[in-house]
Amino acid sequence: MSETGSHENVSDEKLPSAQENGHGAVATANDPFADPGLPPHEPRIQDIDEQAAKRSERVVAMLFTVSMLATLGFIASFVTVPVDKYVHIWPIGNIGALNFALGMTLGVALFCIGAGAVHWARTLMSDHEMVDERHPVAAEQETRAKVMEDFQEGAKESALGRRPLIRKTMFGALALLPLSGVVLLRDLGPLPEDKLEHTLWAKGKLLVNENTHEPLRPEDISVGSLTFAMPEGLEEDDEEFQKEIAKAALMLVRLEPEDIKDKRELDWSHEGIVAYSKICTHVGCPVSLYEQQTHHVLCPCHQSTFDLSDGARVIFGPAGHALPQLKISVNNDGFLEAQGDFEEPVGPAYWERRA
Amino acid sequence: MSTASESTATKRQAPAGERVADWADGRLGIYSLAKANMRKIFPDHWSFMLGEVALYSFIIIILTGVYLTLFFHPSMNEVEYHGSYVPMQGVRVSEAFASTLDISFDVRGGLLVRQIHHWAALIFLGAMFVHMMRVFFTGAFRKPREINWLFGFLLFVLGMFTGFTGYSLPDDLLSGTGVRFMEGAVLSVPIVGTYLSMFLFGGEFPGHDFVARFFSVHVLLLPGIMLGLLVAHLILVFYHKHTQFAGPGRTNKNVVGMPLLPVYMAKAGGFFFLVFGVISVISATFTVNPIWVLGPYRPDQVSTNAQPDWYMGFSEGLIRIMPGWEIHLWDHTLVLGVFVPLMVFPLVLAAIAVYPFIESWVTGDKREHHIADRPRNAPTRTAFGAAWIAWYTVMLVGGGNDLVATHFDLSINSITWFVRIAFFVMPVVVFFITRRICLGLQRRDKEKVLHGRESGIIKRLPHGEFIEVHEQLSQEQLHTLTAHDQHKPYEVGPETDENGVQRKVGRGQKLRARLSKGYYGEQAQIPKPSAEEYQEITSSHGHH
Repeated sequence: MSETGSHENVSDEKLPSAQENGHGAVATANDPFADPGLPPHEPRIQDIDEQAAKRSERVVAMLFTVSMLATLGFIASFVTVPVDKYVHIWPIGNIGALNFALGMTLGVALFCIGAGAVHWARTLMSDHEMVDERHPVAAEQETRAKVMEDFQEGAKESALGRRPLIRKTMFGALALLPLSGVVLLRDLGPLPEDKLEHTLWAKGKLLVNENTHEPLRPEDISVGSLTFAMPEGLEEDDEEFQKEIAKAALMLVRLEPEDIKDKRELDWSHEGIVAYSKICTHVGCPVSLYEQQTHHVLCPCHQSTFDLSDGARVIFGPAGHALPQLKISVNNDGFLEAQGDFEEPVGPAYWERRA
Repeated sequence: MSTASESTATKRQAPAGERVADWADGRLGIYSLAKANMRKIFPDHWSFMLGEVALYSFIIIILTGVYLTLFFHPSMNEVEYHGSYVPMQGVRVSEAFASTLDISFDVRGGLLVRQIHHWAALIFLGAMFVHMMRVFFTGAFRKPREINWLFGFLLFVLGMFTGFTGYSLPDDLLSGTGVRFMEGAVLSVPIVGTYLSMFLFGGEFPGHDFVARFFSVHVLLLPGIMLGLLVAHLILVFYHKHTQFAGPGRTNKNVVGMPLLPVYMAKAGGFFFLVFGVISVISATFTVNPIWVLGPYRPDQVSTNAQPDWYMGFSEGLIRIMPGWEIHLWDHTLVLGVFVPLMVFPLVLAAIAVYPFIESWVTGDKREHHIADRPRNAPTRTAFGAAWIAWYTVMLVGGGNDLVATHFDLSINSITWFVRIAFFVMPVVVFFITRRICLGLQRRDKEKVLHGRESGIIKRLPHGEFIEVHEQLSQEQLHTLTAHDQHKPYEVGPETDENGVQRKVGRGQKLRARLSKGYYGEQAQIPKPSAEEYQEITSSHGHH
């Protein structure tokens, strides 16, 4: 056990004083935990054996060369591999050949530069540890006093303290000015008004199958299936299609009328067919997982679960209220039609929403 | 003239590089900058490269992001897709979606750059996260680095939002669902929620504006702020000089390591290429965000297993586990079921942002700290950090409750209930377990210092007893294991002064004393071995 070790780069008189604040342990002659100072430098094989150093040099040069070749490979792949060619590569499976070729060559080109540089630094550059002194961040008392004095002087010369009229009006002007910026933001969008309370549904609107675009008849809806519908007249290439479908999306299921526990639900249904908003009352995902045995629907986003046989009340998850029901019936031609709009806003709850 | 010819003579002698440097120094003063920094010493430890990974992935994101803007159309105008991806032919999609398909299928190398951009973003956030953990658990946030801690924290939070606005841009089914979630959360804000939503989306959701608006936030506003913060962060790293672990020759007043030129130039510069290379290989082999599988966004459609990118997962957990409370008052609705998670979200993050200030208040420590703590030597801090990570992890599990349910064949309802309870219980349990582990490790260190290292050599004594020979630690090891600070709990002092008069003790002071006792009381640290203890043991029964 060497008692002192080497102190290279650290002058002896610095050590004890450096200890005091740093660790609380005061280095004295009989302190067994005293700082022995930096250990002596241990040479690497490359430091003493020129052959080993030469080998390192060759490894670094080889890595840089591989990188050059990989870059050439990148350019060659770009030019020769068609963009729509697919290859099977174990264990990944079928992937785009160009993406794979470009990514691998680029990866190798980059990685080899990095590996070469790091190997160079680790084996051939000096690994003698060196010491820098630290200096406290805070300024000396003298500097501090000078700054304070300068500030007082400047503040006094500005007369800001002595002339309250200037001070107050200046603060007033600076405080008001940002309002212009706030006002400019007003036209980011329209006011909410009652936009969130209405959908495209209205009395007499036919229920159109979302997939076939045909008006639905009661017999199209079999027990146990889940059918999605949208209001007649809404077309996918409408300018406002996304906005309207975000509110009007409807799901239909047929229940046995005796299974319907909620009286209003039964009244608003037709031959056991019930129509509910498809938009979850939590944060607006489309509810779309239907379990026919239990008549539950589950929102795949946050797992709110609604009981369609009981007024679509929430039976699990983070939704706060039931899905709104649409009152439906059949018109003279035998097509399902709405009896009006939803009676409450669809989708997530918000401040102005009446319970 | 002689003077002119003299100066041209010296110019001719100096190499070109030197002349350029002289020219620049005459205008920029680069020599004094170089004098202070060219041979600046950086200490070495594997954990110091975590921040480097974050820095380099940020640079990679900027490089690839600029490329992507050359091909991406930030517009929600509807077009019919007629690119080379056959399954989507003739489908009505937004220009944003169509141009992302073009980048993926028609631009050569476009898919690679897109994948590198996304992978680098995931790694950027991950690297910042573990870098923060490194700084936290070693106490490297202490004076004088508290402000740099805040800079780093802001980078992390802004990185989250830059990521979110970024992956929302392709206007695909998955990201649209995420944007809808955000809209629902905005709507829950009392009084102004509907207004905020209308202003954000230029009308009702989804409107025609959000891709263009998110685009300028994603490529200009947030990265601009982040670049500024990043530069400030690095300047402060240079200015403060890096922390180092305790060891022989390493004190609070020096920094021991290798110089920037050449060692760290080569190592750190090389490391950039290593990070970039690895991300390229990942991008060549693992597909991230295949929007062509997901399809364009429609508000009435959704895919199962919808998940945000990992760094948003904990907010997803908050929203999933919160019970659906709504309070109805005077024809208005207070949507607690969504608004509470929306408020807890920043609180979870703020808890970690303010920690340095809480700790320095409790310790009352005004000194500069440049020696990094070993986590075990700050048991209460380590326990807080571990508790926070446990909390965060619980929320992540909550955010992926559907995946947990399908992968492990568990009931989603029981997972949700488990997470609801664990949200409150888990951090407390982890806190106490972690602190115990730290104390156990401190005891082992003390044991090692006093009795030496177990050598693995078994000795048979003359009377037949077997003992293991313990080997004395070297001076270096003894010093390293005893170099850490041990704080004494802050005390309020006697209730009466020397004249028996009641002293005024504020409530804040009492709280501080109690917290300080919790931090540094007998239950929270094992006293370091003292020199006397050591000498007594080593002299009385020597080696055993």
